[in-house]
Amino acid sequence: MAERKKTRPKAKAKSGTKVKSVRKPKTAAKTGPKPKSKGPDIKGLVIRVCLGTGGLAAGSQEVIDAFHDELKAQGLEAIVKKKCVNKTGCRGFCAKDVLVDVILDGSTSTYQRVRPEKIGRIVEEHIIKGQPVEEWLVGPDYHTFHDKQTKILLKQCGQIDPEDINAYIGIGGYEGAKKALSLTEFEVIEEVKKSGLRGRGGAGFLTGLKWEFCSMSRAFPKYIICNADEGDPGAFMDRSIIEGNPHSVIEGMIIGGYATGANIGYIYIRAEYPLAIERLKIAIEEATKKGFIGKNIFKQGFDFTIRIKEGAGAFICGEETALIASIEGKRGMPRSKPPFPVNKGLWGKPTVINNVETLSNLPSIITKGASWFASIGSEQSKGTKVFALTGKIKNTGLIEVPMGISLKEIIYDIGGGMEKRNRELKAVQTGGPSGGCIPASHIDMSVDYESLMRIGSMMGSGGMVVMDNYTCMVDMAKFFISFTQSESCGKCVPCRIGTKRMQEILTRITGGKGKEDDIDLLVELGTDIKLSSLCGLGQSAPNPVLSTIKFFRKEYESHIKKGICPAGVCKALRQYVVNTENCKMCGKCARVCSSGAVIWQPKQKAVINKSKCVKCGACFDACPFKSIM
Amino acid sequence: MPEKKIKKVKIDGRKIACEREETILQAAKKAGIEIPTLCHDDRLEPYGGCRLCIVQVKGVVRPLPACTTPVTNNMEVCTENDIIRRIRQNIIALLLSNHPNDCMKCEKTGDCALQDLAYRYDVDSTRFEGEKWDLPIREDNPFISYEPNKCILCGRCTRICNEVVMAGTIDLVGRGFNSMPDTAFRRPRTIDNCEFCGQCVSTCPTGALTDKKGRGRGRSYEMKKVRTTCSYCGTGCNFDLNLKDGKVVKVTSAYDAPVNHGNLCIKGRYGYDFIHSADRIKTPLIRRGDSFHEATWDEAIDLIADRFSGLMKKYGNKTVGAFSSSRCTNEENFLIAKFARTVFKNNNVDNCARV
Repeated sequence: MAERKKTRPKAKAKSGTKVKSVRKPKTAAKTGPKPKSKGPDIKGLVIRVCLGTGGLAAGSQEVIDAFHDELKAQGLEAIVKKKCVNKTGCRGFCAKDVLVDVILDGSTSTYQRVRPEKIGRIVEEHIIKGQPVEEWLVGPDYHTFHDKQTKILLKQCGQIDPEDINAYIGIGGYEGAKKALSLTEFEVIEEVKKSGLRGRGGAGFLTGLKWEFCSMSRAFPKYIICNADEGDPGAFMDRSIIEGNPHSVIEGMIIGGYATGANIGYIYIRAEYPLAIERLKIAIEEATKKGFIGKNIFKQGFDFTIRIKEGAGAFICGEETALIASIEGKRGMPRSKPPFPVNKGLWGKPTVINNVETLSNLPSIITKGASWFASIGSEQSKGTKVFALTGKIKNTGLIEVPMGISLKEIIYDIGGGMEKRNRELKAVQTGGPSGGCIPASHIDMSVDYESLMRIGSMMGSGGMVVMDNYTCMVDMAKFFISFTQSESCGKCVPCRIGTKRMQEILTRITGGKGKEDDIDLLVELGTDIKLSSLCGLGQSAPNPVLSTIKFFRKEYESHIKKGICPAGVCKALRQYVVNTENCKMCGKCARVCSSGAVIWQPKQKAVINKSKCVKCGACFDACPFKSIM
Repeated sequence: MPEKKIKKVKIDGRKIACEREETILQAAKKAGIEIPTLCHDDRLEPYGGCRLCIVQVKGVVRPLPACTTPVTNNMEVCTENDIIRRIRQNIIALLLSNHPNDCMKCEKTGDCALQDLAYRYDVDSTRFEGEKWDLPIREDNPFISYEPNKCILCGRCTRICNEVVMAGTIDLVGRGFNSMPDTAFRRPRTIDNCEFCGQCVSTCPTGALTDKKGRGRGRSYEMKKVRTTCSYCGTGCNFDLNLKDGKVVKVTSAYDAPVNHGNLCIKGRYGYDFIHSADRIKTPLIRRGDSFHEATWDEAIDLIADRFSGLMKKYGNKTVGAFSSSRCTNEENFLIAKFARTVFKNNNVDNCARV
């Protein structure tokens, strides 16, 4: 990470000149003479382009192609190394994709929002002349975004080529597995237990303990499953880890398989992640060729194979027993525990199921030691946690922070504060659709398993949605419960019908038809669903509703009793009126109104007929004087 | 195999000795304590879907389902308290919120587990308003009527089809509020995908699955049940002929049937049309000339005895034999063999099941 800090923007250039300056050198380059000696030593040139799903969507493949074309056009192809343009995984700062590192003479410069048309100038000025294009370099927010983070898992994402096993080996990859296999199974488990690593899938069960339960069984065969069925809306940490560093997951599985005595590993990954699946397949193939997977791996007499199972798109299959049912070819539905999968899992055999993030923590725990890992984080929650930071915040993306960091630091230091000026933080939703809402008043709380539980939320898989004061909490709760409702497997009554009824009550409230006792009904129903549902989905589905009622009850009451949505989100509760003071009598509002609700004559102020108004908001958008409210 | 250990459990203050693998529900049933459930069927694996059987176990915060939770030593269980009662009421109210309120004309009235529980827990069926399924009745086959609107998704039909019959005709399809039992790709039930054994009907706790042949012909409490053994094959399944006004209206089978435990096949469950058929032969027929004539059993048996004795006298006793049917019971087959050996004095015994 030290390299990156050398990049400091010195001058801010006006963006207006960007396009022009790109074209000039490009046309000149084709005919111009080949520069020599004056520039830096380009033999050691390395260009790293972020090629995660986010990067690809932003056009990173085109950027890579453009680099190749440009280097060829400049006649530099023969000088630079063949693989100087490296594809890497996501480094987290997706808001500024495509991010490109140019490493020249040992110093790294990072460019943000790179587009193919910018390549010409970068090659011309930076690579040939040694002068980085200052105006396109990353700004200070890139550094604030990264400085507060502690990167263990994401460290290599964005640095190494995920499709090249040698790149992973080059940074000490597979050393952990090698070391683990030289220890006894008991020693590995003890080490993991000592590290205090807890499952990153949401529940936070101690990984070492889970392994110990599985290792105690003498049944054969045993299985280890990597749960990569990441389904929370907006969460993409598992995908990024697999796309950026698939070998770390495989290595974690080898360690886990060895410690628990499982010879067969399954990676259950959702089919909606084609790039991650592709990279996993390449990684498994390469690891097999190197002898890291297969018979007698590392020549230690341990056999280990990995199979990939693609999920068919059901959210519930992230629940471990549903996941097992799905691998077995049954409908993905959870079953009651006990028996727990460590006793009776896949095909009735002992099975350990770990999340992607948990597994990719293991190589560094084994190589660097349990005490190193335990030194990071809080009292009860060790290590780091990756969050997908989204919502009304400036710097969205993937972040990795030590456990116990305060919410405030995440939102204001890493996230850069609210996206729009003059808006205030209202709440943070953690743990995805099963988590709860944390109000702005609790912003100083520390982010760890216990604190989140205490406040009625949960760690979950690590989604973090930031909301400002223009977010309606009732509407937000409705959104999340609609998600869990449509993803319920239908097995148990409270989850299947209960969440449906909660969703209907919330729809009623946001539609202006709420009843006096609706809040109490929501609380009673929510509590009963939590108590009586079969699996984690139903047991946590009411969390967004219950936590918003707990902290924002007044907002619910305002919807029901006053018919007002304080955030102005709920359409049915909106009322459009013309502020006669500001109205300039232009008539634009009347022209856009499709329902004939705006009454306007030339040189007269507009009036809105409420009985005809369908609240589409067209007049509001059309008014140039902000006189419609 | 681990030894069967006896475990001591306390349910509602009563001490019960249990075997190793027993669940709370089984232990309670043994002691005569009734825990309500809709998704449990003794013929099936524990499911834990309806959540009505949740009980409070001492030391555990969350209520646990009695049907799937195995007993542990010194476990203390409370089968009902205020919270559990409230949850049960709410669960039944939720089920009723997506259930047609037409008990007056429902086939299952009087024999419906949902109705009984709603009564027992004094449930306000209008507590939760909202969307209700409005799906057509499916009568795409001659045996089974399916009213999806009455389905409570207990999963008993799909499980019996997959676990017991192993036909795999139906399973749950869809997600969330819209999940329901159906055939693959929601195709009609035909001989291609269904055995029509009616096992799904036998386990359905509500009026969602009913015997089409018995629809509209009487409710279960109006029926006189006559236990008999199936005459179709030698398995010896017991079932109850359900009689109304002296006519067989449908066939059901009780769990206490020693051979089949309530399970039946298509023949036993639906093959009873012959009973009241006008074409049914009710007396022995003796051929005279070109036509058959009704006779008494004495006449018929005398005739058979005469003919057999004549044949044996003329051609020797080795020339005759006994051929029996697999539709006879074990005892009947035993008797015919004995008859051949003692009367014919030979071993010419055969049975159609041999081929």
